Amino acid sequence: MAEHSRLRPYRVLLGARVRAQSSYRASFGLDLLTSLLIGLVELAEVWVLYRSVDGIGGLDLTAALLVFGLADTAFSIADLVVGHLDTLPQYLRAGTFDVFCLRPQPLLAQLVTSDISLRRLTRVAVGITVLTGALITADVPLTPENALLLLLALVAGTLICAGIFVAAAGAQFFLVDASEMTNAIVYGGRYASTHPAAVWSRPLVALFGFGVPMAFAGYLPTLTLLDLPTPWNLPGWAGWLAPLAALWTAVVAGLSWRLGTRHYQGGGG
Amino acid sequence: MRARVWFRIHGRMFSAGWRRGSTYRAAALGGLVANAVFGFLKASVLVAAVRAGGGDIGGYDATAIVAYTWLGQALLGSVNLNGRSDLATRMKDGSIAVDLLRPVDLQTATTAQDLGRALFSLLPRGVPLIALGVLAGGMRLPLDPLILALGAFSVVAGTTLSYLVVYLVAVAGFWIVETRGLQTAYMIVSGFLAGLFVPVTLFPGWLLTLARATPFPSMLQTPIDVLSGRLTGAESAQAVLVQLAWITGVLVVGQVVTGAGRRRLEVQGG
Repeated sequence: MAEHSRLRPYRVLLGARVRAQSSYRASFGLDLLTSLLIGLVELAEVWVLYRSVDGIGGLDLTAALLVFGLADTAFSIADLVVGHLDTLPQYLRAGTFDVFCLRPQPLLAQLVTSDISLRRLTRVAVGITVLTGALITADVPLTPENALLLLLALVAGTLICAGIFVAAAGAQFFLVDASEMTNAIVYGGRYASTHPAAVWSRPLVALFGFGVPMAFAGYLPTLTLLDLPTPWNLPGWAGWLAPLAALWTAVVAGLSWRLGTRHYQGGGG
Repeated sequence: MRARVWFRIHGRMFSAGWRRGSTYRAAALGGLVANAVFGFLKASVLVAAVRAGGGDIGGYDATAIVAYTWLGQALLGSVNLNGRSDLATRMKDGSIAVDLLRPVDLQTATTAQDLGRALFSLLPRGVPLIALGVLAGGMRLPLDPLILALGAFSVVAGTTLSYLVVYLVAVAGFWIVETRGLQTAYMIVSGFLAGLFVPVTLFPGWLLTLARATPFPSMLQTPIDVLSGRLTGAESAQAVLVQLAWITGVLVVGQVVTGAGRRRLEVQGG
């Protein structure tokens, strides 16, 4: 019961955000449409690249779409829930972040519930559609094992992406003006997650294979699912390690956020 | 005499933009890091695609595609593919009324200013990324001064063209005030059709025709192809002429739209 009442303010807040965003019908519809267009253009990039060749880095078009479907769904859900954290530099510069510090609630929980980008729902829809289509085309048998792997990959992928958003937000307290530096990790990671990691050079493997474990969001689970050869001397069941990658990201995100908020000294207001 | 005044005013606007660009150093560094990471990622995927395609895709071999990737990243700070502009903000908050009182042409003056900002950003972002592409990415640039000169001209033309189209997005605000939706649409479409992700020559026939019917390939793909020496002789001259034709066309459209918008503008408040 106590737990229930503690979460109530957030629930009320989120409900208000949802109502606010959907009450301007025309504008909300347009937002949904633009978001759909973004998803489609990202899909078109993959399609254009893979249609002209037999396969890149061991992935044919179907396998590439499976990677895209998994990784993009995960990223889009994370973006929907915590994507607005990347506006933190604006709060910091304007000094409005101090308002959050005054309230007797955890900072991160306040920031996460300060906004929700419902318009990104259509992007999630694109991801899920591509994922379903690719699963059907690839003729993946619907065994309980495969279903579990897919579910694990989606949940872990979403947590990895969300963790990266939080870790990047923590770094903003130090960077402020150079926020594009974390964009390299967040959006570079999104790009990385939808392509075959086998073609990467060593530094890229270190960065996006293990440091920011984007390869675990779509690529490695796909290899395990389709029984394709795995790179970097990893075992064939490497796709099952996605939850471990998610755990690692959560630790990094937690550390980054703690360091960041401890470093913050106020906007001088 | 009038020409001299025109050049002095636009020269001032240009250097104002240049100085503005030089103020935000941390931001430039951030952009540089982001472009570099994307450069390495894209180059590895595209080179793998070239290998899978038997050494050539869409007319690009491995060295050409590496140059394509790095030059694209290097020009990204200058060529406006995000649709945002100061002008759009000024349209929304009403400061546009002050701009319109000045005895200078809104379109050419803001273009000169943005060109200053854009060309400055070649120093902190363009040059280091080209150097990185050469040193770590295995990129090669042609050493022929004629190619490089035409390439530099093409870069300026592509940058100018990108701003002129973004100007159109901004002045749509005369009618619809909030142009954020248009900006986002521009950002999505322009990057794809300009060849930021994959060269447009890789597109299937119908999509390539569609892309070539827009000014976007002239903003990024043309400068890259001319500068990297992939297009030579008559082909490169022709590509630059297409750029100039787009610039002229968009300039005229911009003048007409600005004229109509002036009569339409209503700024509220005091």
